[in-house]
Parts: sequence; structure tokens; C-alpha cells
Amino acid sequence: MAYVVDRRLNSKNKSLVNRQRFLKRYHEQIREAVSDAVSRRNITDMQRGDSITIPKRDISEPVFRHGQGGQREIVHPGNKEFIQGDRIQRPPGGGGGGSGSGEASDAGEGVDDFVFQISQSEFLEYLFEDLALPNMVKRQLVGSESFETHRAGFSEVGSPNQINIVRTMRSAQARRIALSGKARRRRREVLAELDKQDEEEPTDEDRLALEEELSRLNFRLNTVPFLDDFDLKYNLHVRVPKPSPKAVMFCVMDVSGSMTQDIKETAKRFFFLLYLFLQKNYEHIEVVFIRHHTQAQEVDEETFFYSRETGGTVVSSALTLMADIIEERYSPNEWNIYGAQASDGDNWQEDNQRCHKALVDGILPNVQYFTYIEIGDRDPQGLWHLYQHLEADYSDRFAIQRVRDNSEIYPVFRELFKKTMVVE
Amino acid sequence: MNKNYLSTSSEWTFETIEAYDREIARIARDKFRLDTYPNQIEIIRSDQMMDAYASIGMPVFYNHWSYGKHFVNVEQNYSRGRMGLAYEIVINSNPCIAYLMEENTLTMQALVIAHACYGHNSFFKGNYLFRSWTDAEAIVDYLLFAKNYIAQCEERYGVQAVELLLDSCHALMNYGVDRYKRPVPVSAAAEALRQQEREQYIQQHINDLWRTLPRKAQVDETIEIQKFPAESQENLLYFIEKNAPLLEGWQREIVRIVRKVAQYFYPQRQTQVMNEGWATFWHYTILNELYDEGLVNEGFMMEFLTSHTNVVMQPDFDSRYYSGINPYALGFAMMKDIRRICENPTDEDKRWFPDIAGSDWISTLDYVMRNYRDESFILQFMSPQIMRDFHFFALQDDDRRNVIDVTAIHNDEGYRLLRETLSQQYNLSSQEPDIQVESVNIRGDRSLTLYHHMHNRRPLSNDCYEMLRHVHRLWGYDVHLHSVETDGRRVRSYHLQEGRE
Repeated sequence: MAYVVDRRLNSKNKSLVNRQRFLKRYHEQIREAVSDAVSRRNITDMQRGDSITIPKRDISEPVFRHGQGGQREIVHPGNKEFIQGDRIQRPPGGGGGGSGSGEASDAGEGVDDFVFQISQSEFLEYLFEDLALPNMVKRQLVGSESFETHRAGFSEVGSPNQINIVRTMRSAQARRIALSGKARRRRREVLAELDKQDEEEPTDEDRLALEEELSRLNFRLNTVPFLDDFDLKYNLHVRVPKPSPKAVMFCVMDVSGSMTQDIKETAKRFFFLLYLFLQKNYEHIEVVFIRHHTQAQEVDEETFFYSRETGGTVVSSALTLMADIIEERYSPNEWNIYGAQASDGDNWQEDNQRCHKALVDGILPNVQYFTYIEIGDRDPQGLWHLYQHLEADYSDRFAIQRVRDNSEIYPVFRELFKKTMVVE
Repeated sequence: MNKNYLSTSSEWTFETIEAYDREIARIARDKFRLDTYPNQIEIIRSDQMMDAYASIGMPVFYNHWSYGKHFVNVEQNYSRGRMGLAYEIVINSNPCIAYLMEENTLTMQALVIAHACYGHNSFFKGNYLFRSWTDAEAIVDYLLFAKNYIAQCEERYGVQAVELLLDSCHALMNYGVDRYKRPVPVSAAAEALRQQEREQYIQQHINDLWRTLPRKAQVDETIEIQKFPAESQENLLYFIEKNAPLLEGWQREIVRIVRKVAQYFYPQRQTQVMNEGWATFWHYTILNELYDEGLVNEGFMMEFLTSHTNVVMQPDFDSRYYSGINPYALGFAMMKDIRRICENPTDEDKRWFPDIAGSDWISTLDYVMRNYRDESFILQFMSPQIMRDFHFFALQDDDRRNVIDVTAIHNDEGYRLLRETLSQQYNLSSQEPDIQVESVNIRGDRSLTLYHHMHNRRPLSNDCYEMLRHVHRLWGYDVHLHSVETDGRRVRSYHLQEGRE
């Protein structure tokens, strides 16, 4: 007779440890696959998990096996036309085990690759591994909603609804033992003595003395209260200010005639990576899109990436607008501000001075980090030289990089947000 | 119409599962005289089934990245619908543990119970390989001991160190079995007790082997330099466990654990066709009996036969679904054929199988199940009928010739050769390269020499340097490997030097 056991409620994820060990062991390969995926994938897809493909030879577990060659005999089913003594031409490419083995898969993935899924959070984990947001410390403490209540032990004072019963009773019991222990012991002795005397018929004096002591002891014990004021213990809660979980990201892009759709696509990838990265670190993110040619305007995402404009380039217009918006809507006390600017580097020569001023006065003092990428394979343009000076002065919050094409976005992004060791 | 149906719905409940189990047990025991361990049927979810897959089906198992790899692979294929999970996993233990998936319909649960809990179970209990190589009483306890021991080692010596060691041991797992010497079963408790003594003892023993104290010169002259080991050793892991100079006590214990696990699975690798054939034959026979007794209806039978036919399908060699001979198909066909030979022998059968033709089929099958493994089973019991049904043909692929020869087909001249060839195909020792410890240079550089005894001139695969690296990691000194022809000629030599890892 069999026992039938329902194991469906047993813990799941029994293989979790093994899975993690596997991921750890092939950490490098997985990271490569992730960074491949970034340059291959559509941006809006970036938030999914992914199939990770590792060449099978990298993860094979070797055993002693026969190689090709020698003489081997094999039996197959399904003979239709062969008779004994037939000779069959060797199939091309195989001196191996005859037909049937090594057929290519039609699943789109070569049989030589080992494919498996990682989840979205694992994907982002690998994507942003070793990266850190600079200047995270400057999260401001503001407003009543950004407090959290934490338990903080026990207190002698408090309101009745906060009474901790266990602690209170424990303390009362300890007090009672401390105050009445001696008297209680004596009372036990006296009672025992009285019992003994009942049997032995003692003198009245002894008995009287004992009875007197007994009533004195009883009185003493009765005066010890069951619960006293200072037994009361209260749960203590403290309110801890919470760092602001809000961040705003400014995307600034040149849309003048010289910016081709390709360059914009590259910029978009960069912005998107930054957005995902911020999302990992902050609960709430707002994005402000500012585009500019000779004038700057705040637009929605669609217009930002896809509408076409022509004209010259005045970068300072965008920077001034960004500074204005910060002042108007995103108080640096409340918001963590990140700026990302993408451009092909063109600027009207006379404008550089104004850019410098706008950055130094209105932007850099207020932001956590400001990045600039220059896209294209031309020599560095005017803006680059200007920013190079600034990078030296504001190295903690200002960084610039050059990007040639899509495939460089991810490495450049890593470069910008590389975890820097704090040197004391 | 018979109203005694056990069920008419396809949803299972614990009551109906128990009802089916009761009836199946009755038929198996009373009618067909199947002798089984007690059963423990466990209902699990599909993700638990994937977990079970990843740890080679065992309820407890130590951690290793390779099981994680299997797991992500199964998970990927299953979630993409590229593969279905097995309906059941059954463990050779006492009581015999069978996992049933909750997704199965009632019919499938009945099929699985008949297949696993009475088919496989009786095979585990009866077959001589399982009886002599595995200890059903102790396996779960032993695996628990192994899991805890390895977890302790990970704490003490680091996950990395244990992982490297396990990698190497797993690589040699197929060479961790005594093929001829039968092991003595030890209970898990005794195992844990003996483990410490063994650790110390072996360590001393090893030191003795590599004694560095100068020996008396006189003795040296009289004794000839002995070869060590005196005879070739086929159990590489055993040899390493007992003799590797540099291993620590805990490392030897882990080698031993892997060796024990390998030994536990050794019979399964040799009885695939028989084991699956036996279980498939019995679920087929028992469920048909249920129908004959009027306990199940036609709907049940239709569903059962659909699954059954899928399981025993054998694609032809030129089909795109072909991936070798399906052990379920071959095993089932042969078991059924033996019954046929017993019950309705033809003249041909009487010529080929004079001793079983016309005998009692239940006891004949029982005898076959107890005393054979795939290789001998096929060699002994494959009838011309089966070869005709499967349209078997044998090929000979010789790298000295530029054509492949058809050496035998299913005709009178071919039957015997065909059967021999197929039987060899299930002979583990001709399928795996035969590698043995030849000698250790105990007076010199302590290098280990392995011989690969070639069979039909078949060479080792290219990744065998990878393998030598694993042997080297365990042995600690240089490793030589020579491919040797039957006449003793060395065809190819491999050498892994120290410091080249």
C-alpha cells in the first residue's frame, strides 16, 4: 500500500543556490552577453530580461570520450532499401557515427550555444554592475512625508496605547520578587513552625509570638503592589528623516541641421541607459526634455527624438532654459538633479562664453552630476574645448566623453559612471 | 453497463489516486506477482519537478554549479514549450519515492503509478545489478550525509576550493566504479562514524607510501623495484582517493562521495532499455487489466493509449526526429515479445528460444528482469521478430575505408550479427574509452601513468587534455596518458606537466 504525500506546499527554489553558482561562475561571459544585448537591442526593450547565450564549449563538462576515427559499428532502425554488403558514401563532413547525429537545430539558435533566461532585474544588475551614481550623498531631508517611523527600544514614559505588556509584567514581577522575597521565605518558615507546634502542644507565648509575626508579615506582603507606576514600559518609536527618493533628469540635445537621425539615435540610447540607471537608484524620476537649435524649448519625448529642425546652434539657450526650470520647479533642496547633454559639438563661436557662464552659475552648483557626450567621428569641436576646462574644475560632478557610434555607448556610459574609489 | 468505474472525470483527487493505487497494487501483486518496495507517492508542482531534474532526481543533493546549469537549461526549454517535463521521477530507495506532477490528469497519474510505483519499483528490488550495487535502504541518508559534509567543507575551506575539486571528480565520475568487484553496502550512520577514522588512517598510510626516511640499503638491493600498483586499476577515483599524495583528508572524503554516487547510478546506466521496457510493459499490462475488469472506461483507455503510443514511438533513422534507439520502444517491444514467445510461440521462436517458448510468461519475465542487463538481455532475448519489426540494420564505419558498409540487415544471414552488434552498443565498457591506472613512478617524480586500451582503433577525443588537467588537479603531479593498441603498441601519448595547469 502506498503513502500519498502532498509536497506542493514545500519550499520552491530548491535550485536557487545552484543557479546562483552557475551565474557566478560564468559571470564574465554573461556580462559580455549583456553588453552585446545593449548594442543590439531596441531601446524600449531594454527593460526586459534577456536570453543569455554562452558558447557551449565554454561551459562543457569534459569526460573521457572517443574521438572520431577507428572502426565502429552501429545499429539503426527503419531500414527501407539497404541489403547486406551495400556500400554507402560517407556523408560529407562526418567520419562520425553515421547518419542521424549532429543535425542542425532549426530553432534559430545554433546547437553550439547554451541559452538561458535571466530576469529583468538580473539583466540590469549585470548592466550597471560596478557603476555608481556620483554624489548620492546630497539627498536632502525635506517635508513631513519623507520621515519614517522606526522602533527604537523601550521607554519609561509614553501614552497608554504604547504600553508593552510583556516588558511591563516582567519588570513588575522582578520588583515583587525583590521587595517581598525575604518576607515570603520567613512566612513559610513561620507557617511550618506553627504546623509543627500544632502537633507538639507548645506554650502559648511561643505561639502568640509566631502568630504576631505572621500577621506582620502578611501585612508587609500585602502592601507590595501587583503593578506599580514605574513598572510601566512603553514601546518607543522615533521618526527618522528619509533621504529624498526623487530625481529629475534633464535631457539636453542639439537638433540643429547638423544632427542626423543616426546621431540622435545614439543620443537616445545614452539617455535611456541613464534613465534606467537612475530608476534603479531612485523611486521617483521625472524627465525633462530640452531641445535646442538657436532657441531652446521644453518638449515631450516624441518631439524630442523624432521631429526635425534646422538652423544654427546656440547651446547657451538650452543651458539657460535648464537653469530656469531648475529654479522654477526643481528646488535642489528637494530634488536630485542629473543632466545629460548630447550634441555633435557644433556651437556658434561667440556663444561659448555664455555657455560657460550658464553652467557655472545656474547648473553646476545645483546638480548631482552633469554629463556631456559628443557624438561623431570628427575632431573635437568648440564645445568640447570649453567643457574640457570645466571638467578639470568640477571633476566631482562634470564629465565628458566622446562617442563614435552605437556600439560605443555602453562602454562610454560605463566610463562615465565607473565606481570611483574614495581616496582619503 | 458496468457501474464500478473508479472514476469518470479527468481531475484527480487524493481519494481517486488512492483508489487507483489500491487496485493497481492488487493486480500487480496478486495477478502478476510483482515484488516491490513500499511506495511513497509525492505530488509536486512543475517547478519542483524542474528542481528534481536539476539534482539528478534525488530529494537531497549537494550544491554544484553544474546542477544550476542543468536547471537553467530545463527552465529555458520548458518555459519556451520546447520540451515537456517527464510525468514522473522515481527514486531507487526504500520506500520507493515517486514524484507525480500535479498537472497530470487522473489517467496520467494512474499510468505513472503503474509505471513507476510497480514497474520501476519491482525492477529496482529485483534486478541483480541494483541488488548488488545499490543500497536502497541507505541512499537518502547517505545523500543527506554527503550534502551536509560538503556544505561543511565549503564553510571551512571555501566554496571555490570545493567547487574545483568537485569539477574534477565529476569529470572522472564514470571512472569511479568497480566494474567487477561488488561493493559491500554500508549504512549511512556507520559511514559517518567511520569517516573520521578513515581520514586519519589514510593520511598515515599515504605518508608511509612516500616515506622519505632512508631505507636500509641492504633491503633495497634484495627487493626488486616493484611496480605500483601491482595490477592495473580501472577505478580511477578509488585509486586517487586512496593514493593521491597531496590530497587532504576532506578532499579524499569528497572524492569518495562522488564515487559512491557514481556507483549508485551505475546500474541505471546499464539497464536503461530493460528498466524502461519493464516499467512500460507493466503499465500497459496492468492498465489493460483494469479495463478488462471493468474498472475504467473507454475514455480512460483512449487517453492512456495516446500517451503510451507517444512514449514507445521509434522514428526511423532518416526521420528528423531520430535521435538513436528509443529505450522505451525497444524495451517494451522486447518484453511484450517475450510474453508472446511464451504464450504463442511460432516455429521460428521454438528454434531460437527452445527453453522459454511455451513456458509461463510471468515467471519467465521475472527471471529475465532479475538476471540480465541491457547488453546480455539483447544478446539473449532479441528475437528475429523484433529485428524485423524495427527494420534494424548494422553499419560499419571504418576510417581506413571511404565508404560505410552495411554489414547486416534483418534477414536470416544477418540476425545473429545484428543482435551482437546492437548488444555491444549497450555495453558500457566498449562505449566509454577504457582507461586504467597503469603505474606510479614512486621512486622518481611521482608521476601517474594511465593507459587507454584502444578498442577498434578508436582514439580519444580532442578535449582529453582538459581531462588530464582534472586528473592532474587530483593527483598533484605529472600525468601521462598513453593510447595503447591491443598488441601493446603506444599509438599516442599525452603528457601534462606540473605547473602547466
